[in-house]
Amino acid sequence: MASIPADSSTPVVLPVSKAALLLGLTVLVALLIYYFVGIDQGATSLFGDDSHVHEFVHDARHFLGFPCH
Amino acid sequence: METKLILRGALTGALGGLLAFVFARIFAEPRIQAAIDYESGRDAAQAALDEAAGRPAAAEGMEIFSRGIQANLGIGVGMVAFGLAMGALFAVVYTVSLGRVGRVRARVLALLIAGAGLLTMYLVPFAKYPANPPAVGHEETIGARSGLYLVMVAGSILFLLGALWLGRKLAPRLGVWNATLVAAAGFAVLTAILMAVLPPLGHLSANVNEYGVQATETPLPLKDPDGTIVFPGFPADTLFEFRFYSVIAQVILWGTIGLVFGPLAERVLGGAREGTARVTADA
Repeated sequence: MASIPADSSTPVVLPVSKAALLLGLTVLVALLIYYFVGIDQGATSLFGDDSHVHEFVHDARHFLGFPCH
Repeated sequence: METKLILRGALTGALGGLLAFVFARIFAEPRIQAAIDYESGRDAAQAALDEAAGRPAAAEGMEIFSRGIQANLGIGVGMVAFGLAMGALFAVVYTVSLGRVGRVRARVLALLIAGAGLLTMYLVPFAKYPANPPAVGHEETIGARSGLYLVMVAGSILFLLGALWLGRKLAPRLGVWNATLVAAAGFAVLTAILMAVLPPLGHLSANVNEYGVQATETPLPLKDPDGTIVFPGFPADTLFEFRFYSVIAQVILWGTIGLVFGPLAERVLGGAREGTARVTADA
């Protein structure tokens, strides 16, 4: 079998179907973090009418481009 | 293999967030403080106007975290966490793309996907709804603004996927170069249409009722009942610098992901390839 040129391409196809759970969980966790850094306790709130998360990451939220009060 | 890649993606993302934080701490925090000082001064002027008119003064918001916490720990944690999340998403896209996007080197693929991340998660939404420092943005519209911003994020991701699909479909007929150009033009046109359809923030009904039709929520000069300006509008230089630094920080974050992840992935994939080669040689 001819060898694949070592660094000219990315022929390794990972079996996505097998890794679906891992990939799905990763996306879920990433989106949760995105939500807490960017949105929670502004427009919507998971922990009721409290603004600790919002106030703590306040500067990051502004600076990363998310809408803030 | 997938676990290795995702772990590396999350770590490079966190590293990118850390570097962006260092940049933010040095360059952005003074501008954020300037914006907060402007807000305090404006609130004081507004309170004086209210008092003169016999209106009850607006209640002051309670401070939960000190500025010291927000400006150091808070922004640091926020940016590293954001970087980690973006790095993880990046790694998922990278893993799925491997071997499915034609002949692209592992390093180049990392740069391309990081560029796509910067474009769709930040730059395109920024073009319509740019980052705002404190004091810019009305509390009443936070729900609408968050929704609109996320529509821009989701729209640009969707359009880029569409452009990718179109480009690959046209490539055999037009050649890769021309197919890419057509796909990019399609992306630009769809994005422009979405931007034209979504309202400017100043046109939200809550804002129109309160301030009349304005383009944005940037504070205008404060006037007394005679129309004399008693407090200036938001300083333009502070606004520009804040936004400019915001863009730079995102370039640092995604640039770190694209540049650092590539070689790491190459090593992971190289190891796998040697493994495969050995197996085939044995057979």
